[in-house]
Amino acid sequence: MKGLLNWIDERIPLTKTYNKHVGQYPTPINFNFWYIFGFIAMIVLVNQILTGIWLTMNYNPSGEGAFASVEYIMRDVDYGWLLRYMHSTGASAFFVVIYLHMYRGLIYGSYQKPRELIWLFGMLIFLVLMAEAFMGYLLPWGQMSYWGAQVIISLFGAIPFIGDDLTLWIRGDYVISGATLNRFFSLHVIALPLVLVMLVFLHIVALHEVGSNNPDGIEIKENKDENGWPKDGIPFHPYFTVKDLAAIVGFLFFFAWVMFFVPEGGGYLLEAPNFEAANPLKTPEHIAPVWYFTPFYAILRAVPDKLMGVAMMGLSIAVLFVLPWLDRCKVKSIRYRSIWHKLNIAQFVICFVVLGILGALPSTPMLTLLARITSFGYFAYFILLFIYSKNEATKPVPERVTR
Amino acid sequence: MSNAPVDAGRRRFLTWSTAVVGGVGVGYAAVPFISSWNPSAKAKAAGAPVEVNVSKIEPGQLLRVEWRGKPVWIVSRPQSVLDNLDKIGSQLRDPNSEEPQQPEYAQNSYRSLKPELLVSVGLCTHLGCSPTYLPGSFEEQVQGVEYGFFCPCHGSKFDMAGRVFQGVPAPLNLVVPPHYYVDENTILIGNDGGESV
Ligand code: HEM
Ligand code: FES
Repeated sequence: MKGLLNWIDERIPLTKTYNKHVGQYPTPINFNFWYIFGFIAMIVLVNQILTGIWLTMNYNPSGEGAFASVEYIMRDVDYGWLLRYMHSTGASAFFVVIYLHMYRGLIYGSYQKPRELIWLFGMLIFLVLMAEAFMGYLLPWGQMSYWGAQVIISLFGAIPFIGDDLTLWIRGDYVISGATLNRFFSLHVIALPLVLVMLVFLHIVALHEVGSNNPDGIEIKENKDENGWPKDGIPFHPYFTVKDLAAIVGFLFFFAWVMFFVPEGGGYLLEAPNFEAANPLKTPEHIAPVWYFTPFYAILRAVPDKLMGVAMMGLSIAVLFVLPWLDRCKVKSIRYRSIWHKLNIAQFVICFVVLGILGALPSTPMLTLLARITSFGYFAYFILLFIYSKNEATKPVPERVTR
Repeated sequence: MSNAPVDAGRRRFLTWSTAVVGGVGVGYAAVPFISSWNPSAKAKAAGAPVEVNVSKIEPGQLLRVEWRGKPVWIVSRPQSVLDNLDKIGSQLRDPNSEEPQQPEYAQNSYRSLKPELLVSVGLCTHLGCSPTYLPGSFEEQVQGVEYGFFCPCHGSKFDMAGRVFQGVPAPLNLVVPPHYYVDENTILIGNDGGESV
């Protein structure tokens, strides 16, 4: 065994890589609940890829056959229903996990110097994940698949001058058709997953280069013992592998519950009109995107102008990319930041959640007003942060992490 | 290995010229990948005109036919609806159909060839949903207007000539497709029989 390992190590840096990223990776001792989601996201990614490959074995990506092939998977393929629900529940779980993961970065200032690239890779992951989910949702070729895609693709039509040609090019037809379905299928099963896996790899490489942040926002690397090991760090394995395994058990518990008992999530995970085959002549009475897009969709709807609405929606995501440069405070963690920062994060979270709820409801004048107020709050977070973070009254940050 | 001194300027020139030529090559290589996303010849050919028989349409009724994969509506408007069209101009974005959303022959107060029959592409000019026809129950959306179209997606409203109301996300009136009457009771959609579009 030892001989084999030596043989390999002389040819490829196996032990070295293992030690750098797992065996000897110095992990802050004060990691808490919020630090489980990166690992869980990886497990969900593996689940999506695995169940996706198996679904592809029975799915038929054509305008005539797609809807029927999904029914076929659900009814006639052994355990097909389970594979499909693992995949569809996994998609929603992915976003739950990612939103919590991003929230962690927000409160502990993990996007700040020197972790800007980790955040940027994270944002690219988020963007690709949204594209992946959107294209995946077209594949069952139900009513919601069809009209949801119609609305989202039409967003590009709002771009001045090139808009109409661009939407035609994306669809590959004058309306959404089998041609659109086929290209989305190709992107969904091959292109975007490849990009996603590469981005996750870069995300981790960047993280392990600078080291993890922690709930105190202190650089553990600045306080090393005589062997050059951070005093507040412990090896990732076995300490955090065991913690993450425990977290996975808890997560799978919830996951299995949703998957077996409420796989449709009351119409929020799989929407009712999607049990009807796509009909290009008739839009369902109430169309709403899947829950994880609703906050951005609510911003789109809040603006009574086509181009501005699309622009604001794009901006609401784009502004997250520059977050590391909007926050000019030297203190990272919310624990040692001012009351203004805490209030600002609180109002941001409330606005985001309210927008998420509004995006799933039909619009009425009252709700539109509310959507406008909360959209304002969403953007105000970034503007206010930029203003007060320069000279923020922070608390003293301790030398060593607290427990 | 020769020991001749390195000519840095020449090396830089060669590096850059190789990079530029290579870049042009990559650009050309991208053409087939990008072009293959355009509508195929088959998709382009599928846009044949459709014929619709309107002899059986009742006042107030909406016929839905498919043309180029899109819903096209043919609506028979009762006289009371026609009378109302002129009165709501102030609530509309483009009451006189100045934007090129219709062929010239439909740029009139009814936006149609025959006053009673509206022919329109049933896709919202906001983001392309198909609005819902509300015959007699449109007043919930606009007071004093009984007939109209309401888009379920983001709440755009259109009158019985497909004209968009103000204060909604849709920017333009519904599209009137090229069409003409082959005979008294037959409309051909997708072709205007030689008249200019
Ligand atoms: C497929 C999706 C993703 C995977 C698999 C993933 C994985 C991970 C893992 C394993 C970690 C280390 C463990 C942890 O801190 O939880 C991590 C850290 C981090 N991730 Fe992600 N991530 C994903 C998406 C994102 C996104 C969308 C963002 C934000 C835009 C993001 C931002 C960060 C940041 C800032 C850190 C460093 C946190 C710290 O050290 O405090 N990640 N990620
Ligand atoms: S698509 Fe009709 S209002 Fe948005």
